[in-house]
Amino acid sequence: MFKSDRTFFLRPQDMIGIAVLAFLLIVILPLTLDNFRLQFVGKYLTYAFVALGLVLCWGYAGILSLGQGVFFGLGGYCMAMFLKLESSSVEATKIQTTPGIPDFMDWNQITELPYMWQPFNSLTLTLIAVILVPALFAFIVGFAMFKRRVGGVYFAIITQALAAIMTILIIGQQGYTGGINGITDLRTLNGWDIRTDSAKTILYFVCVALLIACILIAYFVKSSKLGRILVAMRDKEDRVRFSGYDVANFKVFVFCLAASLSAIGGAMFTLQVGFMSPSFVGIVPSIEMVIYAAVGGRLSILGAIYGTLLVNWAKTSFSESFPELWLFGLGGLFIAVVLIFPNGIAGLWQTYIAPRLGPLFGGTAARRASPPATPPASPPPSAAAPAAAE
Amino acid sequence: MSSQNDQSNKFSTTRRKLLMGIAALPAVPLLASTGLFSTPAMAQAPATSAVNTTGLAVTDTEVTVGILHSVTGTMAISETGSVQAEKLAIDQINAMGGVLGRKIKFIQEDGASDWPTFAEKAKKLLVNDKVAAIMGCWTSASRKAVLPVVEQYNGMLYYPTFYEGLEQSKNVIYTGQEATQQILAGLDWVAKTKNGKTFYLIGSDYIWPRTSMKIARKHIEGHLKDSSVVGEEYFPLGHTQFNSVINKIKLKKPDVIYAAVVGGSNVAFYKQLKAAGIDLNKQTLLTISVTEDEIDGIGGENIAGAYSSMKYFQSLDNPNNKEFVAAFKKMWGEKTVIGDVTQAAYLGPWLWKMTVEKAGSFDIDKIAAASAGIEFNKAPEGYVKIHDNHHLWSKARIGLALPDGQFKVVYETPDLIEPDPFPKGYQ
Repeated sequence: MFKSDRTFFLRPQDMIGIAVLAFLLIVILPLTLDNFRLQFVGKYLTYAFVALGLVLCWGYAGILSLGQGVFFGLGGYCMAMFLKLESSSVEATKIQTTPGIPDFMDWNQITELPYMWQPFNSLTLTLIAVILVPALFAFIVGFAMFKRRVGGVYFAIITQALAAIMTILIIGQQGYTGGINGITDLRTLNGWDIRTDSAKTILYFVCVALLIACILIAYFVKSSKLGRILVAMRDKEDRVRFSGYDVANFKVFVFCLAASLSAIGGAMFTLQVGFMSPSFVGIVPSIEMVIYAAVGGRLSILGAIYGTLLVNWAKTSFSESFPELWLFGLGGLFIAVVLIFPNGIAGLWQTYIAPRLGPLFGGTAARRASPPATPPASPPPSAAAPAAAE
Repeated sequence: MSSQNDQSNKFSTTRRKLLMGIAALPAVPLLASTGLFSTPAMAQAPATSAVNTTGLAVTDTEVTVGILHSVTGTMAISETGSVQAEKLAIDQINAMGGVLGRKIKFIQEDGASDWPTFAEKAKKLLVNDKVAAIMGCWTSASRKAVLPVVEQYNGMLYYPTFYEGLEQSKNVIYTGQEATQQILAGLDWVAKTKNGKTFYLIGSDYIWPRTSMKIARKHIEGHLKDSSVVGEEYFPLGHTQFNSVINKIKLKKPDVIYAAVVGGSNVAFYKQLKAAGIDLNKQTLLTISVTEDEIDGIGGENIAGAYSSMKYFQSLDNPNNKEFVAAFKKMWGEKTVIGDVTQAAYLGPWLWKMTVEKAGSFDIDKIAAASAGIEFNKAPEGYVKIHDNHHLWSKARIGLALPDGQFKVVYETPDLIEPDPFPKGYQ
């Protein structure tokens, strides 16, 4: 049944969905938004990487991680360390006691660059570290826990503790990490000024391209045999284990994948926003990231992207119009999502809109193609993107 | 054009325009000049094109500034006072006719106690709203996040909090005291009047307390006679278990506890001190982080007897301050208290107004250049003056905490202290 429907890893409706998203991000938004707002969208998209990882990890494999901010932060800090070293040249820091080291180290009486920072003098090593450091960390955590069959709510609590530990560590080691201020005042990437408007626009498009590449990876994983094992594992873990699969390895893999995706988002965040601070690592941002995926629909790859954009857009515009009330508005939105449409906006789209649009837009065909255990899901009815499908 | 519709109102200007028109020849410049001279009530205000050459949000009748503080999140409790003070100052300036004949309009944004949000909102204020100045930020972290933005987009930030120094920017006016202004005089005073020889330093763990303690330690060890630091400890923000450090204090019996514990931790720290039987009337404690605002949370009875080193106390006895306190309470309610930072925030709009008037322009570059030397006689803390390094000359004062939540001023430096954000010998 699956094979007859799909020779390539993308079904036709997936391709339409991705094309619509790409068109929205590459053509419509840059044309309709001014530079300032477009940079906001660029920032939101970096969170979309995290939401994407959560769809795979939580939606498909059933592993709820409340600590994705840790990986977002690790990726972001790796990038920030490189950028900070570049902007801390001896000439730029000559008023310091020790010129040539980042300013916050000087404030903390550190007189030479710590070993931990040395690799980040090189862009190549930095880019490798952006992916590898979080993946390695996720591997250690995942291996330790999944091999011992720690799962479900216990895993979620432990990841949340990790987020708290990581924040305390970063704040406590301020001589090495910049503490609660974070790593600020980042200027150039290999001599290229990342603060100008044109650089921000270029970074936006780089971010979109990376996001679409990651979406394709996610679809690939989802439609592969691996993806189906993940779903099976989520729904009946013991049966998969009795069939001879090593469940823990699959879990470790998907957890590492989600961590790497988050880290890419973190690195892009640092580049676009120009600083990194522990406020993206802690419990609150980690939970917020889960909410993005929940609002979009945790079973829908594209839905999570739209969910991230929508929640962040709402957050920004509520807070501009009602500085003292916006948190209530945001809270209301989340309560509404949980109570009224638990599968997120993707679920709404699937139930009410897609069936009217015919098979190409994820209507009846999608329903037939999906295994019953996976509630079919697809992107939300966004005003700007009226058609997308899974 | 408009003058055609209400002849009576514009009669004299029309006549003037006619004369000029005749002098200047044909009909087209004559029509153009009508626009220039038809601004009614603000006739004496300089033309917008002259005072605003960089496209800021300045019209013939209004100028827009931004207020950027946290009104939600953990910092809201501290920053609300600053917002209130800034709004009061803007109100008062408007009642006096505004700045260069223009009323101040403000756009308020919420930093939400979140540093990236501060950066984002600062950018919004500068890029979208083109505000002529930003009154805002509170924590060092928020300032560090906003600083690159105001420098990149050439904005002007009036920053109210006492802070760690080590910073100076063309685009920032620091209306609070930098670390040496707050610390040195206080230490000298406590060494002299309380005969303090041994000090125990306690702070929250972030850049401001760490830098402050570094300066304090250098001063104690290098400048005070036979004095020493017997302990130095830092606790994470929000920490509430101080029992172990209190035991160490009891063991070491320092002459002076020198504290820079911030935010909610304060409440736990002073309550636990009291519960452990340390009577602040006998044990000297000097803090650089407790203002009237914090006492609101700590409770006056828990901290009575402690000394605080600030530049302003609500109880300050001078005519400026009496007026200020009365106006503040009238606007925001009898129960509000006014702390050091609130007063510093109140200075922001006033200093900006005077700088704009001195520069004769809203242009950021001209304001940055004109800031040095601006004097404000009506400041609640008394006379202040902006230094070349964009910090304020100000006095240091020591207040004794009273059970009713107010401070009794027991000492003030005779002269204004020069701000020195990069103190030699203290780094």
